[in-house]
Amino acid sequence: MTRVALFATCFNDTMWPQTPQATVRLLERLGVTVDFPAAQTCCGQMFTNTGYADEAIPLVRSFIDVFGSYDAVVAPSGSCTGSVRDQYADLAARAGDPGLAADVAQMTPRVHELSEYLVDVLGVTDVGAYFPHRVTYHPTCHSLRMLRVGDRPLRLLRAVKGIDLVELPGAEECCGFGGTFAMKNADTSVAMGGDKVRHIRETEAEVVVAGDNSCLAHIGGLLDRQRSGVRSMHLAEVLASTEEEPA
Amino acid sequence: MSSPARHQSSAGGQDIPHARTTSTFVGMPKFPAMAKEALANTQQRHNLNHATHTIRAKRAEVVDEVPDWEALRVDGAGTKDRVLADLDTYLLQLEDNLTRAGATVHWARDADEANRIVVDLVRAQQVEEVVKVKSMATQEIELNEALEAAGISAWETDLAELIVQLGHDRPSHILVPAIHRNRSEIREIFRAEMGKVGKPAPDDLTDDPARLADAARLHLREKFLRAKVAVSGTNFAIADTGTLVVLESEGNGRMCLTLPETLISVVGIEKVLPTWDDLGTFMQLLPRSSTGERMNPYTSTWTGVTPGDGPQEVHVVLLDNGRTSVLADEVGRQALRCIRCSACLNVCPVYERAGGHAYGSVYPGPIGAVLTPQLRGTGSKVDQSLPYASSLCGACFDVCPVRIEIPKLLVRLRTQVVDEHRGGAPSAEAVSMKAAAWMFADHRRLEKAQQAVTASSRLFGRRTSLENLPWPATSWSTARNAPAPPRETFRQWWLRTHGEDA
Ligand code: SF4
Repeated sequence: MTRVALFATCFNDTMWPQTPQATVRLLERLGVTVDFPAAQTCCGQMFTNTGYADEAIPLVRSFIDVFGSYDAVVAPSGSCTGSVRDQYADLAARAGDPGLAADVAQMTPRVHELSEYLVDVLGVTDVGAYFPHRVTYHPTCHSLRMLRVGDRPLRLLRAVKGIDLVELPGAEECCGFGGTFAMKNADTSVAMGGDKVRHIRETEAEVVVAGDNSCLAHIGGLLDRQRSGVRSMHLAEVLASTEEEPA
Repeated sequence: MSSPARHQSSAGGQDIPHARTTSTFVGMPKFPAMAKEALANTQQRHNLNHATHTIRAKRAEVVDEVPDWEALRVDGAGTKDRVLADLDTYLLQLEDNLTRAGATVHWARDADEANRIVVDLVRAQQVEEVVKVKSMATQEIELNEALEAAGISAWETDLAELIVQLGHDRPSHILVPAIHRNRSEIREIFRAEMGKVGKPAPDDLTDDPARLADAARLHLREKFLRAKVAVSGTNFAIADTGTLVVLESEGNGRMCLTLPETLISVVGIEKVLPTWDDLGTFMQLLPRSSTGERMNPYTSTWTGVTPGDGPQEVHVVLLDNGRTSVLADEVGRQALRCIRCSACLNVCPVYERAGGHAYGSVYPGPIGAVLTPQLRGTGSKVDQSLPYASSLCGACFDVCPVRIEIPKLLVRLRTQVVDEHRGGAPSAEAVSMKAAAWMFADHRRLEKAQQAVTASSRLFGRRTSLENLPWPATSWSTARNAPAPPRETFRQWWLRTHGEDA
């Protein structure tokens, strides 16, 4: 039987519980046994990307402690997965701890972003979802350029029953979130987000979907402020949606 | 490795000179403030958006035509890495071959030294003006200002540089220094300023690009024909032949390189390529990445002095100005692979909005955000803010023809900025980061904090999003709503539905 550890991510756990919940529902529906190791907290990305590497190192150690024994870890976040796969090696090197570096090298290939896990590990693209709405998809930068998830999320979305999937103009351009960039360079961040939201509204989609709630918080926050009526949803929620249990 | 600039070969890493923070940019407001100003300039934003998107599309098209683009990138990066790993050897070989071909080689540790060398060389010719072909290295050291202080006028001959110079402006792009200007602004600059320093613009000048180019040509021709001394930069310096290479699009550079009697080239020490053969890769990478052209329009190469043909006195100033300190960092040194193609600027969503001036340096955009604090150090406020002038979207790495991992280097520099502030009085940010790290160190602490979040959800009733947030989140909520906290965290839900006794 397939077994996987869920890394909910601290942000989702605290602010967007519906996303890891949807991930659990979806994986269980596909016959996967999901574990949620309760000792997990945060991957450390916010610290690493803001320059606080020393503060991130204990979180690398704890991530290894919590998830090191699993064959597969799945996270509904391109950017947290990216931080583990792309930055942990550098952090271990900074810690000057060869043991940690070896553990990181062992561990990181087993950490998957949701769409990668579904397509590459489980080998499915039709997850049996039903979502009768007009949807546009924003490929977040870390999914796109750090993890190179490619068109996996789109393949999953295209297989959803009832969906009306429309292409997003300028899809590959950054929405302007960028972690603490959204606060430190708020004006530039909002200018970037403004263009992203304009493109989303051009598509006349009811829902904008992405694989990262952090980017969606920024995009959704702008859409809400404009009272656009466009909903922002995580990919997991769309994929978990069924006729019996619509999202 | 030992330091490549000869007179400091005894330096043991300690007294390696650092680039000085040059005067033009000292005291500049830091990036967010400068970006805010630029964002308010709607004309400039429009100009930038139009220009970057046009050139971005052109580049993507011609890059897609090359079946082995990735192999070329790897090759380009590899060649540059090879040079950087053994820079002292290649530089000495370059010096030997330049000298043998009749050029005079000078070594400059920093901006002051380089400027002094050039000023002395120009003075020796007893002239009061020089023509210049676009050179970022001379902008970096502020040569024009140094020449002016010595009573020598330096005329920029690249069209975009001319616009910047006549407009008493600063360049805002590596390749298109006047990218922030549109045609009608350029017409106004030409009409108002050309007459003050040379041949005036025709009275009936329109903003038709061909007419503007004509006006520039006539204005510049007069200067070319008069000039006895030219100053240039170099795209590549080939070690095994002693050949310097300049790529440009207008032919004005060629006039500078061939007409005057004396030619002085200021060359950053990272510009070396081992052999003539290596140039082939870069002749493919550079034009496609920078102007979106398949082939470069004007490529000039010269090897020392050819009697009776071209400049009869050729000087080469090999410039360090902080480069050896960048070289000392094994990861950070990849920034010296940069061939100044500007592809990273043209795809950068931050550059597109903030404009080049916000970076407070001659090197704007993603590479500037990395290179400037590397060259100058992270001592000043503006240099501390530059590594944060990025959303880390990674588009810059994808287009970089020499595969510089700009996002990784930005994160590295952020770490440097934070590390340099450890030990002193902690900032509000450092305090909150430490507090957050403490909370995340143990899941029970996180759960406690989460209880406060879910408890606060009662305050917001049915609202799903919030308009006003208290400090320090106000910079978020000026334009963005925030999600209302949920009533139950994920882990509470998990315990309820999947817990041991569920
Ligand atoms: S960093 Fe790369 S993309 Fe940017 S200017 Fe340099 S070579 Fe070009």
